[in-house]
Amino acid sequence: MNAALQLKDVHKSFGSTKIINGVSLEVRAGERHAIIGPNGAGKSTLYNLISGRFPVSSGKIFLGEEDITGLKPFQINRKGLSRSFQVTNIFHNLSVYENIRCAVLWPAGHHYSFWRRVGGLREVKRRAEETMERIGLAKRRDVPAGVLTYAEQRALEIGITIAGGAGVVLLDEPTAGMSRTETAHAVQLIREVTVGKTLVMVEHDMGVIFDLADRISVLVYGEIIATGAPAEIRANRAVQEAYLGTLHHA
Amino acid sequence: MRYAPVNLGRWVLWGTTVVVFAVAPLVFTSSFALTLLTQMGSFIIFALSYNMLLGQGGMLSFGHAVYSGLGAYIAVHALNLIGKGTVVFPVTLLPLVGGLAGMVFGILFGYVTTRRAGTTFALISLGIGEMVFACVLMFPGFFGGEAGVSTNRVVGKPILGISYGPALQVYYLVAVWCFLSMVAMFALTQTPLGRMANAVRDNPERAEFVGYDTQKVRFLQLVLSAFFAGVSGALSCINFEIVSAENVSAIRSGGVLIATFIGGVPFFFGPILGAIVFIFFVAALSGFTKAWLLYLGLFFVLMVLYAPGGLASLVMMQIPVLRARRFGALLLPYAAAAGAAALAMAGLIGVTEMVYHLSDVSGGTLMTLAGMEFDAKSGVPWAISVSLLVLGLISLHFATRYLARRWAEIKTA
Amino acid sequence: MEFFLVQLLNGISYGLLLFMLSSGLTLVFSLMGVLNFAHASFYMLGAYFAFQVSSEIGFWPALVIAPVLVGLIGMGVERFGLRKVHRFGHVAELLFTFGLAYLIDEAVHLVWGRSAVDYRVPPDLDGPLFSIFTSQYPMYRGFMMLVSVAMLVSIWLALTRTRIGLVIQAALTHPQTVEALGHNVPRVFMLVFGGGAALAGLAGVIGGNAFVTEPGMAASVGPIIFVTVVVGGMGSLAGAFIASLLIGCLQTFAVSLDWPIFGLKLSQVAPVLPYLLMVLLLIVRPKGLMGTREG
Repeated sequence: MNAALQLKDVHKSFGSTKIINGVSLEVRAGERHAIIGPNGAGKSTLYNLISGRFPVSSGKIFLGEEDITGLKPFQINRKGLSRSFQVTNIFHNLSVYENIRCAVLWPAGHHYSFWRRVGGLREVKRRAEETMERIGLAKRRDVPAGVLTYAEQRALEIGITIAGGAGVVLLDEPTAGMSRTETAHAVQLIREVTVGKTLVMVEHDMGVIFDLADRISVLVYGEIIATGAPAEIRANRAVQEAYLGTLHHA
Repeated sequence: MRYAPVNLGRWVLWGTTVVVFAVAPLVFTSSFALTLLTQMGSFIIFALSYNMLLGQGGMLSFGHAVYSGLGAYIAVHALNLIGKGTVVFPVTLLPLVGGLAGMVFGILFGYVTTRRAGTTFALISLGIGEMVFACVLMFPGFFGGEAGVSTNRVVGKPILGISYGPALQVYYLVAVWCFLSMVAMFALTQTPLGRMANAVRDNPERAEFVGYDTQKVRFLQLVLSAFFAGVSGALSCINFEIVSAENVSAIRSGGVLIATFIGGVPFFFGPILGAIVFIFFVAALSGFTKAWLLYLGLFFVLMVLYAPGGLASLVMMQIPVLRARRFGALLLPYAAAAGAAALAMAGLIGVTEMVYHLSDVSGGTLMTLAGMEFDAKSGVPWAISVSLLVLGLISLHFATRYLARRWAEIKTA
Repeated sequence: MEFFLVQLLNGISYGLLLFMLSSGLTLVFSLMGVLNFAHASFYMLGAYFAFQVSSEIGFWPALVIAPVLVGLIGMGVERFGLRKVHRFGHVAELLFTFGLAYLIDEAVHLVWGRSAVDYRVPPDLDGPLFSIFTSQYPMYRGFMMLVSVAMLVSIWLALTRTRIGLVIQAALTHPQTVEALGHNVPRVFMLVFGGGAALAGLAGVIGGNAFVTEPGMAASVGPIIFVTVVVGGMGSLAGAFIASLLIGCLQTFAVSLDWPIFGLKLSQVAPVLPYLLMVLLLIVRPKGLMGTREG
């Protein structure tokens, strides 16, 4: 089995504060891998390191066979890794359709072209509309993204992340702030759109995790203390002490 | 933000624009009007190119005159070469030369300026503008020093009767280029680059995470914008037959900024409106009062505070109300606000003009305003002006409250 | 050697003046995220107010009155203008201060006319301080340096040793938290903005008579200050300090030398040098010398 995403002894410090303390992680191709841990464990920082938002202090990150350590976000994205954000990070003034279209343009090969009318790009249109359908926002196509409801914005967030067809998808707390029904919808959506892709997911909702994840890694104070199938993790002593004991259950 | 006129039939609008451009000099026949129209035409291109940076790319530049001015300088030298017979090139296509020159400088300076964004970009653009201005004064060989470089736009034999001697012919040259530039710049907003420029403006971070190098997007947007700025510079060169340091000055850069903002940054047609209003303001008002720059500055600041979407946003705000046929309810509040504003303005103008007159110690204290003659030092005109101003401001306060209430009623009903 | 020392001292005193201006700008930018385009206009107001007060009362009262007046104007600007524009974003704030700079420039034209005013160094400070070889070093330059250093030290002390200073420092990065703790952050902003304006005004009081006091002074010193802030790195006081001294000395030396460059004399090329420095630095080190915050 080959690793879609690999972290090798990654460290990150901000000034004198160590946030990530030697994380090694291997995400297998096609699996759904969850990362859990208490607040402040460094989950968002880890995402920021993988996606290129912050540089690592030391260590290496591999996407498939390629070393992506130190590359810029747009370079990493072009190699096939896409991420969503915990705090919704969409294009507020653009419509739902235009938001998704932005994520399709580069993978569709249109780059910086200023000699083609974007409305006439049929392949782009098809892919964007298809994504809109999948995330259930086709009816809200022309609504400016800033005006959508919170759950709709979270769906759009996921939409932008997968529209480009990236092989490795990182979702950062996709169901944060959602009600029970909204969460159930989101889980179904995530399951559908990540078929055939590698999914890494940071989540706090254990119900979602145990529903979706093939394997779970537990991050505590910048270190991975356990990795394994959900049942193993649930039974793991150290994990229970550090984390699960304090969480709400499914 | 939509960059198309809302539901008004794109062809109708563009067609009307062509008609307006063609017919304008036949309606406004005085030579003063003609010079105004010609200036508006090239300034529209300049302002639209500026909004490619600000409105579409989110880049606030304090040095845009660099591209139009340097384009103008290249164009004026080219024109002089054509005039001497060293080069054969149609004057009609001279704006292309200006545009290409602007584009080259866009590549040169853009490389440095687009490495940073936001406030830093703004300051760097200011620095580059000052640098170019200083350089222009330092090399009088090429730039003609303070006096600038002059030229003659009538070169060679007239083709099909067109020599560009008469002002009317220059107007139509500007009008054609203006229309073509408008179409081109609008078309650019509909391209992948144009769309991503908007995305970079709204959320540069997310744009990176969908695979775009935001610096490259900004760089390309600036280069294209500099092209059109150069076109407007060349047209200005043809119109005025002189290019001087003023063409690259901070004043010119500030002017296009003010004009674009007053017109309305979030809308494609905003800068068009702004260019027309600005030229009118500057040309018409500067003849009447020495304080016109103060009035312009005040108008600008008030727009920033109360209508940051510019005149275009004020116009667009009325459209849904008009369509719902509820505009009648707004007529009285608008009239009240307008009346109050007029009062306040009268008072302000009185005070300002008197202060200006008094500070100019050479002129004595007698002055005329609105056809009335009085002594600026005496108490009566001061009392009248100040009370008009105070009265106007108070009634404006109530009138705007009334207007806001009426708006709220219309929105909820 | 003598020439070098004299010009070095001149360059340092000019650099300190630039730092008085760029530090106020950097403080306001670091705290409120807004770059005050009208900062140089406050400098100009300080000079003109000082001129007015000096002609009627005297220089020493002007040293106190003029900065206070400018500070009050600054507070008013923040309270009634900037605060309104805050919600429209940083671009709108910058545009507001840009329009304000325009207005202040025109208002100064309006009241004091278009030519320079005769704002002079006061007679008791107008004399030699000490001699370097054969040149006399003017007392007023020494006075300028003294005031600059005193002002900057007291600000540093105020920020690090007083309670309001700590509140300001905290509000620099966490304004909402500070507000939740019960501090009146809007009032803090108003004080800081007014303080920055007063600092610029003070610089105007001492600089306006050493250099010329005329309506174009804001437009000529403004871009230099912005270049200083960019070169030093946005948001860094230490960077602003280094950049101010660097540019101060660069300008002073360049203007007084006649070395030939590209068929011109160095003194003629001098106006361009700060901008060239900025461009070169941006190519090599886009963040500036010690940049911390992105605008």
